[in-house]
Amino acid sequence: MSIKKISKTQPDKFEFSSQNLEIAKKIISNYPKGKQQSAVMALLYLAQRQNKNWIPLVAMKYIARLLNMSYIKVYEVATFYTMYNLSPVGKFFIQVCTTTPCMIRGAYRLVDACKKKISNKQNELSKNNICSWTEVECLGACVNAPMVQINDDYFEDLDKTDIEKIIEQILSGESPKPGSYKGRTCAEPKNNRKTLVNLKNA
Amino acid sequence: MIKLKVNDIDIDIEEGLTVLQACEKAGVEIPRFCYHEKLSIAGNCRMCLVEIEKSPKPIASCAMPATEGMNIKTNTSMVEKARKGVMEFLLANHPLDCPVCDQGGECDLQDQSMFYGIDKSRYKENKRYVPEKHMGPLIKTQMTRCIHCTRCIRFATEVAGIDELGAIGRGEDMQITTYLEKSMESELSANVIDLCPVGALTSKPYVYEARPWELKKTETVDVMDAVGSNIRVDTYGWEVKRILPRINEDINEEWISDKTRYACDGLLNQRLDTPYIKEKNVFKKTSWENAYKIILDRIYSTSPNEIAGLTGDLTSMETLFSIKEFFSKIIKSPNLDSRSNYIYLNNSSRKNYLFNSTINGIEESDLILLIGTNPRYEATILNSRIRKKYLKSKTEIYSVGDMGDLTYPYKSINNSTNTIKEIIEKKNELSSKILHAKKPIIIIGQSALSIKSGAYIFENIKKYLEENNKITREWNPINILSNSASTVGSYDLDIISSNFSKNKVLDGLKNHDFKILFLFGNDDVVFKKKDEFIIYIGTHGDKGAELSDVILPSAAYTEQNGYYTNLEGKLQKAYKSSYPPGDAKEDWMIINDLSKKIKRKELFNNRDELENNLFTYLKTKKKQNSSIDFSILDFVDEKIKYNEIDYYYSNVIARASKTMTQCRNEKIKIKKNGTEG
Repeated sequence: MSIKKISKTQPDKFEFSSQNLEIAKKIISNYPKGKQQSAVMALLYLAQRQNKNWIPLVAMKYIARLLNMSYIKVYEVATFYTMYNLSPVGKFFIQVCTTTPCMIRGAYRLVDACKKKISNKQNELSKNNICSWTEVECLGACVNAPMVQINDDYFEDLDKTDIEKIIEQILSGESPKPGSYKGRTCAEPKNNRKTLVNLKNA
Repeated sequence: MIKLKVNDIDIDIEEGLTVLQACEKAGVEIPRFCYHEKLSIAGNCRMCLVEIEKSPKPIASCAMPATEGMNIKTNTSMVEKARKGVMEFLLANHPLDCPVCDQGGECDLQDQSMFYGIDKSRYKENKRYVPEKHMGPLIKTQMTRCIHCTRCIRFATEVAGIDELGAIGRGEDMQITTYLEKSMESELSANVIDLCPVGALTSKPYVYEARPWELKKTETVDVMDAVGSNIRVDTYGWEVKRILPRINEDINEEWISDKTRYACDGLLNQRLDTPYIKEKNVFKKTSWENAYKIILDRIYSTSPNEIAGLTGDLTSMETLFSIKEFFSKIIKSPNLDSRSNYIYLNNSSRKNYLFNSTINGIEESDLILLIGTNPRYEATILNSRIRKKYLKSKTEIYSVGDMGDLTYPYKSINNSTNTIKEIIEKKNELSSKILHAKKPIIIIGQSALSIKSGAYIFENIKKYLEENNKITREWNPINILSNSASTVGSYDLDIISSNFSKNKVLDGLKNHDFKILFLFGNDDVVFKKKDEFIIYIGTHGDKGAELSDVILPSAAYTEQNGYYTNLEGKLQKAYKSSYPPGDAKEDWMIINDLSKKIKRKELFNNRDELENNLFTYLKTKKKQNSSIDFSILDFVDEKIKYNEIDYYYSNVIARASKTMTQCRNEKIKIKKNGTEG
């Protein structure tokens, strides 16, 4: 992890859509009077959602003014958390987990595939500008390691061929199926569950 | 009071102190980087680890409250090992560039690693590199050296009141920066250089100038504003290399303003180092004898009433006194004034021109009203006290007129003399607030006193407070904010040609009544020169020197001993740290020489006599009759126009300083482009 780079090309304007503004107001009202600044993280996330999965500087300023705090304070928060993207990402944003359990189970093979298929460096758009990838820390699906997160979905139990197939699907505009690629349900054993067999919804 | 033990010594301390403070009380030194008495506690450098009995792990003493019965140990092997470990981590990414680092010789990290660290490194890995950050013309950054103590961030947000510094990124990649690397927009910004325990933030104008052990250090006072901040002047030969703050809890605490710190390079430029005479509109170098002769010829052929004098804003008490004696005993002219504008002054009592509540008193007040003043630019250090008070107890602050960003929130009320009238006639909501406040502070600025209703504003507010018993022996809410270092001193020495808003010297200048005008370091007077013969006695070739016919070079505040009275009326001595350049002489000597030439008699035999006479005068000063006819005080319904001061250009030394010019340009640039980076 090195410090996040701020995109050189920045939009001139950012404002919450009327729908998001409603949500923002609701979030702000969750906090007691005078402590509205606590809403900064939620609002940054909202802005990221609205703006194609990344936060431009104008959005940070907009939020700073909205919450009556200084620019640098918002900037600090945005640069601290890795889940805020400060430069444009692809429409399909692949986050490859490389923390120990995934690493042991071959996460770097997924990274190699991303390098080969998408772009040589992290956070760089693919040739058709549709996809980008990055390495992240633990996403909490260690039982199904190795895994990647693409936008909001988890793709688990991957190997090199699986990820290559997924990337190819994405690049050609299709939406691949999320979940385990070894055919298991959630984090159950590969060949059916051994305990709690009588409980359907367990 | 709670009892605890530090290294087996029993001590009693008051409640609410931290373990670190308790150790200090016991006389035990704790190494620290992030902890600073005047800032909030961060607890992130971990250097202050101590052992506390019954605690399995070492504890960061700066963030741990001291409690009853604690047994603190700072000399055990566990503490020693912890300190070594922390030091090793701090140095893991710290470059070993001490030989080219300006902090070398006065670096906390250097000293403490010698004292508490180990003598070798176990790391083979590459060190982290952090790009330099732009923080304006005063602060040079070398962020690779940063140890993330966050003192600078805490200073900027807490004391300076500008939320511009921050830490971006996280962990090892954390970087201290201003928002998108803008320059810091504060008059206190350079204090972060003193706060930085390593060489990450160093002084840009002083870069590679000298090592601390090469400099001669003189403890003295500042004259850039009327606050009288305590400073240390570091000189190398004749040159003043830098100015640092000295701790004085009653005045400047630990801070000084950027002007105080960096105007000193103005002492090297534009200096008058030899007497000059003007011949056919061109200045020519001349000898002292020749210059004196020309002045003498003029004085002999002029009647005393046609000779006038104006003293300047950086003049010391000794100089002022010798000028006063010179005018009353040698020239025998009453036309001497220290004011270069028509400012209201009731000289009957000292209380009428002092900051009576005192700077420390600000912290006790519960209501602050500013009338025609912007303390941020007029008295930066005083303004930081108001901010400190505001942060402590959210004190209500009002200002007559919008003063822009004062670094604390205030309510701006209608900018008109009518508002003052309403207040004293109890028609304004503020009237009752002032009466109900236990220790209100009313700060009246020079702008408010120099308008037509100046006398009305001052005398009526005073009367109103007196009638309502708000002026007591313990607390006087009336505060005059003087702008220059010599103002209060001049008033103490009665250097005024006429009382109240009148000014005989300025009137005379307007009507061209005078044939000879002495300007003693005065560069502020605005008048049209006709055929007056002007003698400028000063340090810099500025406006005053330009006007003059004879220039006599004198010494600046760092080049002669001199007393200065600050706005609270505190008498402080500025010590000689350098000597006047070239042929320039100390002020009182020039005046003594002149007297000798005119009357064949010196005013003072030596400096001691001058000082003695000065103090005798101050002690035996008679109280004047203070009755005022209120009916004749002018009331004009007008705006209290604020005369903005050009902060970075407010006196000759600052105007001659390259650093101040850079700061001013930077500020203009920010103003033009707006603060939106």
